[in-house]
Amino acid sequence: MHPALPRPLQQRAVLIVGALLLAALASLLVAGMTGSIAVAPSDMPAALLQVLRGQSDSMAATLLELRAGRALVAFVTGGALALAGVMMQALLRNPLADPYILGISAGASVGALFALMLMCAAATVDAAALGGAIAVALLLYLFARRDMRGGVAAGGGTSMLLLTGVILSAACTALITLMLSIAPEGRLRTMVFWMIGDLAGAPLRALPWIALGAALAYALRSARAMNVLALHADAAATLGVRVGALRKGLFFVSGVLTASAVTSAGSIGFIGLIVPHACRFAFGPDHRVLIPAAVLGGGSFLVLCDTLARTVVAPTQLPVGAITALIGAPVFLYQLHQLRK
Amino acid sequence: MIQSRQLTLRAGARTLVEGLDWQVGAGECWSIIGRNGAGKSTLMRTLAGLRAPDGGAVELDGRPLAAWPLEELARRRAYLAQSRHDAFAYSVLETVLAARHPYHGQRYWDGSDDHAAALQALAAMEVDGLAARDVRTLSGGERQRVAIAALLAQDTPLLLLDEPANALDLAHQVQVMGLLARLCREQDKTVVMIGHDLTLAHGISTHALLLMGDGRWHAGPVADAMRAARLSDYLGHPIETIDHGGRRIFIPLEAHHDRPD
Repeated sequence: MHPALPRPLQQRAVLIVGALLLAALASLLVAGMTGSIAVAPSDMPAALLQVLRGQSDSMAATLLELRAGRALVAFVTGGALALAGVMMQALLRNPLADPYILGISAGASVGALFALMLMCAAATVDAAALGGAIAVALLLYLFARRDMRGGVAAGGGTSMLLLTGVILSAACTALITLMLSIAPEGRLRTMVFWMIGDLAGAPLRALPWIALGAALAYALRSARAMNVLALHADAAATLGVRVGALRKGLFFVSGVLTASAVTSAGSIGFIGLIVPHACRFAFGPDHRVLIPAAVLGGGSFLVLCDTLARTVVAPTQLPVGAITALIGAPVFLYQLHQLRK
Repeated sequence: MIQSRQLTLRAGARTLVEGLDWQVGAGECWSIIGRNGAGKSTLMRTLAGLRAPDGGAVELDGRPLAAWPLEELARRRAYLAQSRHDAFAYSVLETVLAARHPYHGQRYWDGSDDHAAALQALAAMEVDGLAARDVRTLSGGERQRVAIAALLAQDTPLLLLDEPANALDLAHQVQVMGLLARLCREQDKTVVMIGHDLTLAHGISTHALLLMGDGRWHAGPVADAMRAARLSDYLGHPIETIDHGGRRIFIPLEAHHDRPD
């Protein structure tokens, strides 16, 4: 083969995914060990065994179980947001897009804040968030259906979808401001925490894992076609890609991921923008590598951010969304600066 | 190879092409000539299957375009868009490898056959030295050559090219046109392209399709279709020809000259 070629992609992919898997495990271990009471590394093996057997007798095992649950929620949320970001960027062919750009999370916020304002139970708040996200997704589809038709009928890009999303998002933000201004004093703190994104008290459920697994399977199956779409826009049809079906798929799957993440943890910012960017920067834009890398990287990153959020000014817990934004903004600026060189 | 029957193309209320009955045979090299807005790119997108006809039909190998499965169609014809916008930092090699997509079905990674085809196409367009470069850092002409390399790597019998000479320097214009002519002559490929350089088009084309932009059209072998009087009519500007060293050179009269009567 040609001597000047870089190492074949599949070899690089094995290395990258392997390293990121290790990083994910490491981030979960760090999350389990750190907190207001640290677990010594020497106690970890025994504690881990106890947790896995389902009988957490020792102090270390109890702490680990509590923290592991929360860390796993962080992981699935971060992975889902990063994957949704990758899909949204491929759909809109814009590296600055993120899962929230089309207003799906703003819709979830409207639902959740409304339920919080009425002092509903946690499960009702989650249901209201999901309802809000679905409502915005349906409105988007209704208004911008034309952008998601394929091949012959695709009149061009996805500008209609993007514009509709931005407008819906703005409308939702107006509703949110309205609710914040009339909400009773006692509810404000919970509402603000929800908006920033917070993992405290987020229950570990099976549904987000199922959603992430299914979305990952879809994304990997479409990875090649996503490359062609990212390169050629609607002309991807001349390379055999069903552009309409792919756009619909990316829209719905990233919508489900966003709704699932936002429903359990509020609208945590920057993960869906920063992680795909950082992965592209480090491993290249090929979706066959980018997709698994973003899921693992996003999961690990949020686990670490959440560990920081609950330890940095302990015993006070910060909303994790504040941490991701504080880390995300400078990282993003640094990347942009590097790109300009 | 590809043919249209009573094809009508419209843009808004304007009729660009009306009742186009047109047959392109294997091994032929067609140039589409017309003014800006005459419907050349619209016709090309229709032939590529990116746009439905406003009347009539397009058939490839005797089968209507809409009846072809997209992947199978992608192994029969390749399309070079007039312009492209690169949003992501794909490398030149990745860009060309992506053109192998229709040969893959369920395969996840590229095979050595794909690499061979991609490298051969890069070498043919003299961009093999750029293989590792980010496409967003290329000059306009380099990017155009990479796009044509991708088209070659797609390895189809029919090539549809919307202004392949765009942004190319003189040497590469001649090189690309020579390559396309050779593909027709030696490999029996079929080329349909849009171009504005009449001399270059005349040098390599076997046929030409002239579009007036108001529905009228004329199709035929270059000797007939590219007569100076007809071109002057279709392009809306007086054109003279000179025969020089076995080549026909087309010269547009300058604006301040009076029309020859």
